[in-house]
Amino acid sequence: MAKRIDVSGLSAYYGSFRAIEDISMTVEPRSVTAFIGPSGCGKSTFLRTLNRMHEVTPGGRVEGKVMLDDENLYGAGVDPVSVRREVGMVFQRPNPFPTMSVYDNVAAGLKLNGSYKKSQLDDIVEKSLKGANLWNEVKDRLNKPGSGLSGGQQQRLCIARAIAVEPKVLLMDEPCSALDPISTLAIEDLIGELKERFTIVIVTHNMQQAARVSDRTAFFNLAAVGQPGKLIEIDDTERIFSNPSVQATEDYISGRFG
Amino acid sequence: MSTLVQHPSSLQGARLPKWSPWAIAVGSVAVSIGLCVATGIESKIQWGLIAALLFVFGTYFIAAGVEGKRQAKDRIATSMVWVAFIIAVVPLASLVWETVKRGSKVLDGYFLSHSMGVVSDTEPGGGIYAAIIGTLEQVGIATLIAVPIGVLTAIYLVEYGRGHLARAVTFFVDVMTGIPSIVAGLFILSLLLIFDMSFSGFAGALALAILMMPVVVRSTEEMLKLVPNELREASLALGVPKWRTILKVVLPTALGGITTGVMLAVARIAGETAPVLLLVFGNPFINNNPFEGAQASLPLYIYQQYANSAGSEAAYDRAWAAALTLIAFVMILNLAARGIARWKSPKTGR
Ligand SMILES: Nc1ncnc2c1ncn2[C@@H]1O[C@H](COP(=O)(O)OP(=O)(O)OP(=O)(O)O)[C@@H](O)[C@H]1O
Ligand SMILES: [Mg+2]
Repeated sequence: MAKRIDVSGLSAYYGSFRAIEDISMTVEPRSVTAFIGPSGCGKSTFLRTLNRMHEVTPGGRVEGKVMLDDENLYGAGVDPVSVRREVGMVFQRPNPFPTMSVYDNVAAGLKLNGSYKKSQLDDIVEKSLKGANLWNEVKDRLNKPGSGLSGGQQQRLCIARAIAVEPKVLLMDEPCSALDPISTLAIEDLIGELKERFTIVIVTHNMQQAARVSDRTAFFNLAAVGQPGKLIEIDDTERIFSNPSVQATEDYISGRFG
Repeated sequence: MSTLVQHPSSLQGARLPKWSPWAIAVGSVAVSIGLCVATGIESKIQWGLIAALLFVFGTYFIAAGVEGKRQAKDRIATSMVWVAFIIAVVPLASLVWETVKRGSKVLDGYFLSHSMGVVSDTEPGGGIYAAIIGTLEQVGIATLIAVPIGVLTAIYLVEYGRGHLARAVTFFVDVMTGIPSIVAGLFILSLLLIFDMSFSGFAGALALAILMMPVVVRSTEEMLKLVPNELREASLALGVPKWRTILKVVLPTALGGITTGVMLAVARIAGETAPVLLLVFGNPFINNNPFEGAQASLPLYIYQQYANSAGSEAAYDRAWAAALTLIAFVMILNLAARGIARWKSPKTGR
């Protein structure tokens, strides 16, 4: 079910500004990969190239190759809509649909695509909410608006919404940055469970979080402001945090940088 | 800490009682009346102005004496807001009052359900049934034409439009906003002449649609821009195609505002007289068919009652009653718009 991502020679632009340059890496299926790096080095940009959300931004353009198992996401004739069905995404700020109830939010991906049977929907919603550790908190208010939940609950609602469409890969852009430690812990546990089924990529500014949840860690950096961001190294998380092969990584992790 | 204990009054100055603004207002009105009667000033407007000035400055000096400078400034700002509010409300209230007073004379079931027919303009009798039908049909058709085009244009501009075409569309919408209604009427009239057709409610509706469209585009555009981009991205990231994202996520989120904008546009064209005068022509008899023959319409009826009445009291009464009906019609629309906006807008809370 989970799929491998193989990126080679990827650059992304905003208009004429090159935000990331020549990135190559492999993300293993059924694993958690963490992206760390200073602000503005292009982590979010890179993440969004992995499900073709980058080109949604005006002026957004991508060069290079992203293989999902053996299909190039940027190959000719690839439909971005079907790519996004395979590669789901959770955003930094919780963004439940304000006009929809909790139930409809979770069902949104299926309902909006019209590809569901009414009888299955209840099961899928319950399963996804349980998967996101939210079921117990919302099972009595499924028909209340999703924006009435707390921030942490909203974020888990968004995760439930993302996993309800059964993607192969789940991208998370700083999913815990607006959350308290308890909700953060709930989401970290959740990531641990989800990696049994999905390939997970997570951007985080929290070193401990990267160390706790991820199997592999990628460090991004940029030479100077206005320069494109680059992948410095990617390795097993343990190695990155104990004995990285590049000096810049060690400086960043130990706080001797930025 | 110790300084606070030593000077407990430093945080607790003297305050004017709650009723003092009212007292000052009543006082300044009384003084101004007295002053004006004494000096023989006749104009009520001058009375009001003097009272307003007395109120603002009286508040300032009394507050400055009792409460201190800062509170006095606060009160002067508050009293000026009140004066501005009253200046804004007085003309509106007096207009509504005048219309209700004069319009209610002949406004009854008979008036609403009968037309002028053969009743001569200078005699009492008759009614506005034909005008109501005409206004409803013309405004309804104009809305049916303008709203889909306007909303779709706004969707294009916000969601798809890039580059030259979008800029050109924006420019022409701006130009259209400035078209005087008589010009829109003349434009349709020239079409009528070219194609050798005659007056009809539909022709009037076309001109009204031209006037309505830019308003709908503008308000819808603003509402769509308010929809946070994160929602679009959230939907796209679920693998939902763009058109469905717009239809099911963006539009419902903005629906309350869009409805309000449409209702305001409807209210605006409901009172248009010039294009109706040119294209619908007016008709004392009931004509239910908007596609053929002259029709009546409320604003036109008001105008014609005034223009053709040769000073007859009966015609003036009918004109006022029709004006009252038109105001009520627009007000009901506005209330409906607010209701829909509140009902449809995103709900927060549990
Ligand atoms: N919409 C945009 N238009 C133009 N430039 C952008 C846009 N979004 C990001 N950038 C630029 O691209 C570069 C990378 O941004 P990105 O958001 O990917 O950084 P990041 O690593 O995610 O930072 P952070 O850790 O603060 O989230 C930055 O220089 C940023 O200014
Ligand atoms: Mg970011």
